[in-house]
Amino acid sequence: MTERSERTGGHGGLLIEPAKEAPGVPAAPPSVVRAVARGRRRNASRRRLVILTLAVLVVAGFAVTLMAGQTFYPPGDVLRVILGEQVPGASFTVGRLRLPRAVLAVIAGFSFGLAGVTFQTMLRNPLASPDIIGISSGASAAAAVAIVSLSLGGTQVSVLAIVSALAVALLVYTLAFRDGVAGTRLILIGIGISAILDSITAYVLSQAAEWDLQEATRWLTGSLNGTTWEQVLPALVALAVLTPVLLSRARNLSAMQLGDDTASALGVRVERTRVTVIVAAVGLIAFATAAAGPIAFVAFLSGPIAARLLGAGGSLLVPAGLVGALLVLVADFTGQFAFDTRYPVGVVTGVLGAPYLVYLIVRTHRAGGSL
Amino acid sequence: MTASHSLAAEGVTLGYGDRVVVESLDLVVPPGEITVIVGANACGKSTLLRSLSRLLAPREGRVVLDGKEVHRMPAKKLARTLGLLPQSPVAPEGITVLDLVGRGRHPHQGIFSRWNDKDDAAVAAALEATRTTDLAGRAVDELSGGQRQRVWIAMALAQQTDLLLLDEPTTFLDASHQIEVLDLLTDLNRTRGTTIVMVLHDLNLAARYADHLIALADGRLHASGTPAEVLTEDNVRTVFGLDSRIIEDPVSGRPLMLPIGRHHVRPQAAASSPDPVPETSR
Repeated sequence: MTERSERTGGHGGLLIEPAKEAPGVPAAPPSVVRAVARGRRRNASRRRLVILTLAVLVVAGFAVTLMAGQTFYPPGDVLRVILGEQVPGASFTVGRLRLPRAVLAVIAGFSFGLAGVTFQTMLRNPLASPDIIGISSGASAAAAVAIVSLSLGGTQVSVLAIVSALAVALLVYTLAFRDGVAGTRLILIGIGISAILDSITAYVLSQAAEWDLQEATRWLTGSLNGTTWEQVLPALVALAVLTPVLLSRARNLSAMQLGDDTASALGVRVERTRVTVIVAAVGLIAFATAAAGPIAFVAFLSGPIAARLLGAGGSLLVPAGLVGALLVLVADFTGQFAFDTRYPVGVVTGVLGAPYLVYLIVRTHRAGGSL
Repeated sequence: MTASHSLAAEGVTLGYGDRVVVESLDLVVPPGEITVIVGANACGKSTLLRSLSRLLAPREGRVVLDGKEVHRMPAKKLARTLGLLPQSPVAPEGITVLDLVGRGRHPHQGIFSRWNDKDDAAVAAALEATRTTDLAGRAVDELSGGQRQRVWIAMALAQQTDLLLLDEPTTFLDASHQIEVLDLLTDLNRTRGTTIVMVLHDLNLAARYADHLIALADGRLHASGTPAEVLTEDNVRTVFGLDSRIIEDPVSGRPLMLPIGRHHVRPQAAASSPDPVPETSR
């Protein structure tokens, strides 16, 4: 016995000391390094392709929404309206009706998708989306109270929505906290809170003096009907401010997917990241909900769809945001024109999302998991 | 070689909530060696390891790396010197080996900085060392337990730290995979001088692979030193409440613990021979 006990004084001259290399293991043969680089580049280029394709689809969807409808306006007319020229007919239909609606569809969709995947990633569970665990319902109930009962408008509604959404997030988190937060407990508590808040929304709407079906659908399932620029602006500002905050935490979130301990060991300030990310994501949800209502299941669906498209590796934040935007654009267009009756966007996304929710629950049950 | 990092716990008291798990414990990790922490269940082994790596702030006392308190060091800077593989890390569904190992590069990357050649080289080296290069494209959840553990070690290696802490790296592995993992860590120590601190359950593997063995009992440091000094019949009795015989391991020359239970014991063996570990073993 030897070698082992003797060597503590030095390395026994067994090995040539590699000078000036990074600590760790011996360098790999160049062929392996090249293979690693190739694999990584393959992932990166797939990611770029997915993002680019989604972005093109969103732009195309946006353009179609502006052009098509009861009346068709050629691209030239639409472009002139956007540039501020007066075009008979088009200026009103495109400029006043279709443009704010399409812009809000993109903003709200992106906000929901981005915030949803942030929660799903952080809590490591696709069911932990803000629209399942009550955060969207909190924003929606507050907005309904503010508009219908208190007759407030604009910024006040957004502020009330964000305060309420943050309060719900804090409440769910506190109720679920017992020696750390277990995903399942948080989800079940969130679903319960969500049901309570939805009934508050329904009650407020039923008590309203001028009972208005359009308002009701907005706050219960989400709707883009009658969107005005005043609604769009706060959501746009929130998106512009909060998206960079979340994107700058994307790497930390990837590390946190490996568990809090591993993330800490990799140099992530886990608690700090979690608070920043929750506040930013809840803010996105609240502002988008104050404008468009809690468009059903967009936050919940976007992340998993983006993950499917992206395959292995890479942050899902931007792809999920784009998927969200595309979902809302397409669902709103479908709801308006595909059927005899016009349906609000939330009804269409609800029809898409509900089966996936059932599928997820059935699948986790089969696998013996607990949600 | 940069094996000169000093890591020490100075009078640390650790606990969760109202519960104190480790009480005023002093510990010096010998640089460039393999330190193994053993002890009965719930004696505070993992808690101590968590504290050494900044995951748990001590209530009293401090953990010091190169003269600086670890809980005050910038997180990423610390993570470039000291790595930790927790007991049960989580692999996100569907993640590939290459992606997982790449996440070990986190402390070397800025918020928006691009992946560079150094990152590729570090990942490749980590894959090679753990013999997981061929698995690079596979999903982590479809690997066997031994392969998965090697992949996690690869992730920790990609972090390129001079100090590596591991919490029971051999749990859930069969005999050959346990040896494989411990050999790999020994290679790392011998070739690069990486200081290794790990918690192990198996006393005999601990005695075989440790340069420095630490026995914890009820949150206190009961014994520390070479395996021959620490793995004695008396210590096994105090730390684990178990009668045993210690003989020389014919393979390694290190001490080997043979437990004495109530069954399958020859009469003469139970009469504990005070025969100490042969002097030659250290």
